[in-house]
Order: sequence, then C-alpha cells, then structure tokens
Amino acid sequence: MDKTFSIQRMPGFATIALFCFALLYLPIATLVVFAFNDGSSIVMWEGLSLRWFRQAWNNSQVIDASIRSLQIASVAAVLATIAATMAAIATTRTRSYRGLTFKYAFINQPLMVPEIVTAVALLVLFSRIKVMTGYSGLGYLILAHTAFCIPFAYLPIRARLESMDLSLERAAADLYATPWKTFRRITLPLLWPGILAGFMLAFVISLDDVVITEFVKSAGQDTLPTYMLGQLRRVVTPEMNAISTVFLLISVAIVTLFFLISRRKV
Amino acid sequence: MSSASEVADAAERKDVRGRWLLSLPALLIIGIASVFPLLIVLVYSFLKPGSYGDVVWQFSPDAWVGVLFQRDIFDGTLSIADAHLSIFWRSVRLSLMTTVLALILGFPTAYFIATRPERTRAIWLFLITIPFWTNLLIRTFAIQEVIRNEGVVNGLLMKLGVISSPIQMMFTDFAIMIGMVYVYFPLMVLPLYASMEKLDFRLVEAGYDLYATRLKVLWRIIIPMVKPGIIAGSILVFIPSLGAYVTPRVLGGGRNLMLGNLIELQFGQGRNWPLGAALSITLLVIVMAALLIYVRKASNGGAHHG
Repeated sequence: MDKTFSIQRMPGFATIALFCFALLYLPIATLVVFAFNDGSSIVMWEGLSLRWFRQAWNNSQVIDASIRSLQIASVAAVLATIAATMAAIATTRTRSYRGLTFKYAFINQPLMVPEIVTAVALLVLFSRIKVMTGYSGLGYLILAHTAFCIPFAYLPIRARLESMDLSLERAAADLYATPWKTFRRITLPLLWPGILAGFMLAFVISLDDVVITEFVKSAGQDTLPTYMLGQLRRVVTPEMNAISTVFLLISVAIVTLFFLISRRKV
Repeated sequence: MSSASEVADAAERKDVRGRWLLSLPALLIIGIASVFPLLIVLVYSFLKPGSYGDVVWQFSPDAWVGVLFQRDIFDGTLSIADAHLSIFWRSVRLSLMTTVLALILGFPTAYFIATRPERTRAIWLFLITIPFWTNLLIRTFAIQEVIRNEGVVNGLLMKLGVISSPIQMMFTDFAIMIGMVYVYFPLMVLPLYASMEKLDFRLVEAGYDLYATRLKVLWRIIIPMVKPGIIAGSILVFIPSLGAYVTPRVLGGGRNLMLGNLIELQFGQGRNWPLGAALSITLLVIVMAALLIYVRKASNGGAHHG
C-alpha cells in the first residue's frame, strides 16, 4: 500500500460532495454573471455592462416594492424581536411551570404549519376585517410578518439566555438593584448579541417571504418578492438577474453578520 | 401566621404571573395572526361556498366529501375525484422522490463536511447554510434559468451536438422535483451533519480491524449510528415539499399542480372556499403526523445514542 489506510475515507463521497457544492452554487453564479450581460438574453453572453442595474434602478415599480419590503421587514423584525425577547426571558432559566410547554408550542406554531395554509387562513380572516373596517393599509402585512418572525427571533435569544447563568443578576439584586435596573445594566448587555442575531434572522425571513405576502397584500402592495413572482410569468430579461443579485448580496451580508455575531461566546 | 414555605409559594406564584405577562405580546400576536385564522379555516370547511367566493353560513359536509369524491351534476351520485386524487398522489410521490434524491446526495455531502479538519469544517458548513437563508424565489428562478429550453443545460448540450432540439424540462414533474431538491437540500444536510459530527470513529476502526469491507462498515456501522439524522433530514425535506407552493407554481406551470396550488385555486378561480379550507386542514394533518413521527424518533434516537 502506498498510502496509509484512512478509516474516515469513503470512496466517491468527496466527489459527490464537491459535485453537490458545485450544483448548489452554479445556478446562483450563472444568475449573477448574466446580471452584467450587455444583451437582453439571460443565457447568451454579449459583453459586460451595468445597463440592467440602471434599468432596475429607474423602474419605479421595483423601487417602490423594495422600499415597501424594507419598511415591512424593519417594523416586523423590531416588533418580533421585542416580543420574542420578552417571551424568551419568560420561558428560560426557570423551573418548569404550568403552561410552559403550551408556550413553547404556541411560539413555535408558525414553524409547524405549511406556509400556504397560514396564507389562505390569513386571507380569509383579513378579507373579512378589510370589509368590516375599510382599512387596507400595510398593517395586515406587518402583523402577519411579525407573527411568523417571532419563532425565528426567539431561537437565538433563547439559546443565548440559556448559556447565561443567574449569578450576576442575583448579585445585582443582593446589592439592592431594582429588577428594571438589573435588567438594563446586567441582562440586556449580556443578551444583546442574541437579540441582534434574532433581529437579523427575523429581518431576513420577513424580507424573503413570498407566499403569505402574496395572499395578504391588497392591490398595489407588492413587495420585492411578490413583484418578482409576478414578473417570472413573463419573458424574463437580465433586469430580474440584476434585482436578484442585489437582493442576494443583502441577504448574504446579513447572514454572514449573523454568523459572526452568534459565534461569539458569552 | 405565614410559614416560610407559604412565603416561597407566594413568591413563586408571583414569578409565574410575571412570566405570563412577559410572554403575552408574543402569544397575542401569534394567536391573532396564526392560530386564530386556522380555527376560522376549520370552521369554514364545514360551510357552504358562496357564489363569488367567501362562504354561506350554513352547515354542510360537502367540502370534506369533495376532498376525495365528486358529485355527478346530473344524478348526484358520488364517484372518486380523480383530479384531486392525482394531485394528492403527485404531491406525495414528488415529495418522496425529492426526499430520496436529497438523501442520496446529502449523505455523502454531510459525511464529507463531518470528516473535514476542524478549521475548514466551519467554512463548508457555512457554504451549505448560505443558500438556505437566501430567497427561495431567487433560487427557484436560478434553477429555471438552468433547465429552460433556452437555458444553460440545453444550450450546452446543443452546442456540444449531443441533442439537436432542446429537451423540454420546464413545466414537468421532473422540473418540480429538481427544483425542490435544490431549494431544500440544506435541510437534509444540516441534521445529517449534526449526527455525523458526533460519530465515534473508534467503532469504525473496530469494524475494519475485524476485516469488514468499506461497504459493510458504511452499511452496518455508520448508517445505523446516524439513523436519527437520516430520519430528521428526511422529514425536514418531506414536510416543506408536501406544502410547496412557489416551486411548483414557477417550475410546474399551470398544469402540474401540487397540493399547495390546488388550495390556492379554490380561493382564486375555483371560488370554493370551504373545499380550499378542507384541503388546507388535510395538508395540515398530514404535516402534523409527519412532525409527530419526527419528534418521537428524535427523542428515541437521543435515548439510544446520547
């Protein structure tokens, strides 16, 4: 034998794995490359240009949808993070009490129901409320997004809390700090990375949502994903690639940041 | 007089009350915008459809009958609803095929990541996670560009002279399956990796010491040990596949419906909200059953190996 026998090696596994990584990234890479195509084809390369980025920038529908997406995601993520932080404090570092399991199930409920089912359920409820109140603003979308963002924000916050012990908080209480002061000066600073991570997850999840938004939105309330879904039915130009590229860039940036934050130890 | 234990009890009751108050906003929001709407859907599934969508407030089991049967418009006899059954069957079949293909590709990928040195492992893991957090619609669009008639695969094959006219892949079940494997692949790899990371390679070594072949070691030692990961990954891929809406809509066109699209149809052109509601509850029940198996198996697996 020329090589030492490796007990971990499985013949062919590395090849399949690298093949999978390539398959995972090639379609995205192609999409990004053709965003810079000079021609109007998304498969035939005709030279480098930024014209599709310019066209997307000058497309008022795209800009409107992007602004709406960012508005909804910001508000929903902030609300979801606040609610999730409170819920996480209420459900960790305690002896089991009546209703704790119920709370876990309730908070994670949006994760367990197929999106299309929640989407039609919200359509049914909100269409009735819209008729009854006459209000058809962004509030419905923000409420719906907040609800399905809460379990995502909750996860990293709860994980962070569980890795913090109560000794510092007990010490503060021994030194006559009020509960609020203990929270402000001890718990919150320690918990902050978890809260930030939770906020970013919620933001990305809200930004990406297609199905629930598609069913809840009123006329003229397209977000960027629902606008793109509508466009996919027509002849697609590299403008879609340009929009996707910017969108991808933002998502990847946020997720990378999230990883860096959540990898920092207590 | 109050004893020390009574004081402690009162303090604990106060603590629990405070904890309920703190969790109230989250519970309220999810209650209003996720749990309550589902209850309405359940109620709607027992009502009569209105002529322009919505419902008529009159009890009727028709919607539930309509999930599996259709009534003849002339003599009112019931027969099996072939259209629905074929969509059910396509959803289950495509989800199973997606799961199997994702497992076949995901197993070696997870194994590869788990056997990398500590330092590079995080990078490979990150590479798997990134697509998972990027927009599902964009990833579906990316796959569409690859398999379209004018897409990358057909373009390449035609340039190489392998085929003379493009292979029709878009708007087929095959396209939906490829798309779902592509978008749900990380959901298979991550739990597989989690169980492989803990793999005790001394057992593998023992297997080789006892003259087992590689195939035998894989089949008799590694696969049984990572079984919880295999089950977890399979269910995590199967569940969203079954409820998929975007991928079949974009890649399947209007003809190759899955359950999610059939549900949408009832609330759109179909204008049969009770039927849509009954189909939604059916999908929900199947998913809940799969989740229950997942929870059971996951806790069993933990007991055996942990």
